[in-house]
Amino acid sequence: MCLAIPTQITEIDEERGALVELGGVSRRISLIMSPDAQVGDYVLVHAGYAIAVMDPEEAAASLEAFAELALIQAEMDAQEAG
Amino acid sequence: MKFIDEFRDPALARRLIAQIRREAERPVRLMEFCGGHTHAIFRFGLRQMLAPHVELRSGPGCPVCVTSAADLDYAISLAGIPDVILTTFGDMVRVPGSHRNTLQDARAQGADVRIVYSPLDALDVARQNPARQVVFLGVGFETTAPAIAATLLQAEAEALANFSVLSLHKLTPPAMRAILDAGEVHLDGIIGPGHVSAVIGSDAWNFLLHDYEMPCAVSGFEPLDLLGAIAALVHAVMTQEPAVVNAYGRSVRPQGNPAAQQMLSRAFKVGDAGWRGFGCIPSSGLALCDALAHRDAARLFPIDVEPAAEPAGCRCGEVLRGVVLPTECPLFRRVCSPRNPVGPCMVSAEGSCAAYFKYEGEV
Repeated sequence: MCLAIPTQITEIDEERGALVELGGVSRRISLIMSPDAQVGDYVLVHAGYAIAVMDPEEAAASLEAFAELALIQAEMDAQEAG
Repeated sequence: MKFIDEFRDPALARRLIAQIRREAERPVRLMEFCGGHTHAIFRFGLRQMLAPHVELRSGPGCPVCVTSAADLDYAISLAGIPDVILTTFGDMVRVPGSHRNTLQDARAQGADVRIVYSPLDALDVARQNPARQVVFLGVGFETTAPAIAATLLQAEAEALANFSVLSLHKLTPPAMRAILDAGEVHLDGIIGPGHVSAVIGSDAWNFLLHDYEMPCAVSGFEPLDLLGAIAALVHAVMTQEPAVVNAYGRSVRPQGNPAAQQMLSRAFKVGDAGWRGFGCIPSSGLALCDALAHRDAARLFPIDVEPAAEPAGCRCGEVLRGVVLPTECPLFRRVCSPRNPVGPCMVSAEGSCAAYFKYEGEV
C-alpha cells in the first residue's frame, strides 16, 4: 500500500495531468498534490497521484554523506592495519 | 540521477553495515513500522547481515492487515448488494472475513468486485455505469488517503451522483503511540515510514522524542536508505542522544506535502477507529466529513453484520504489535500460507507473515 515509485514526468496537460512511465506502460497521473512539479522532474507516484517531487540535491547530499563515511572507514582500516 | 540504483551501491552498503557493527556494542532492537520496509529488509538480505547487532521487529504498518474483521465483513456484505460495484485495491480481495469468505469468493458468487490501481479508475467505473452504485473501498494510511480525498473532491466537482467511499483509512502516529503505551515489546528505536512521511512530514514524529525519548529515523526503501536509517538509530542509541532523523530527504520534507494534507482536511475528519490487533484506537481513523456525507458508503448502505470473529489460532494481532514473530504463530506454514491464508498478515503484499514465509530460508 505504501509502494510508490520515482518516475519522470515527460508531459503535463492543462488539467495538471502528467504522462509518466510505470512498469513499461505509459500512464496518466494527477499532479494535483504536486503543484510545483515540472516536466523532467521525478515524482513519487502512488495510486495514480504524485505525492512528492524528488529532490536531486537532497539525493546527492545523502550519497555524498555515505561516500564520506566510506572514506573515513577506509582511513580507519588503514590506520588499524598500519 | 534516477533515485533508485544509486541507493543500491553494494560497496556503500558494506560500509554502512560495518559502521553499524562497529558502533552497536550491545544488541539493538528496532521496529520497522512499515510493512513495505519489512519486505525490503528481507529482499535485500539485511536481516541476517545485521544480526545479532540489530534485531528488527515488524510493526502494524500494513493497512490491509490492520483492517478489522468487522470492517471486512461489512465490505463483503456491501459487495453482495446487487446494485453495488465494489472497487478496491487488489490486496483486499483475498483476506478472509469472519466466515472464511473473501471478496474474491463473493465475486465468484456473483458480486461485482473490481480491482483498481487508483481511485481515479473507480471514478471511470462510476461514469461508465450511471445506473449502478460504485463504492470505493478506502484502505490505506496517510500515503493513500490523500488520493481518495482528491478523488472524492473530483467526484463532487463533476456532480457524479453514483460514487461513494467506504473509508477505512487510518493514521499512523496514534498506532505508534498505542504500541509504546502498551509496553509489550521493548524497543530502542523506530524506523519511520517513508511514504507516509512524504505526506505528513518528518516533523510529525517529533512526539516520539518529546513524549517517549524514542529515537526515530524516517527511511526510504532502498538498501542504503534502510542501512543509513539504522546506522543513525544505532548511533542515537549508543550515544544516548535520542533524535528524530529524516534519512529520506530526497522524498520527505520536515513539513511534508501541504497540498496533500489540505486534501485530507477538505475531505475527511478524524475519528476513532477499530484496528485488528489493537481494538479501538482513539482519533486514529479518517471518516468522510459532514459536507461529503452523501458520499459516505457506511451511511448510504446500513447493513446489519453479525459479530466478527478472529480465526481460531491466528496470532496476526500479536504479530502486528511486534509481540511475536510470524514464525511463533502455531498456524504459520502448517496451516496458513499465501495460498491458503488464515489471517491478513499472510495475504497482504506488506504483511509480515507473507514476508517471513517468502524469505524464511534466509531468516
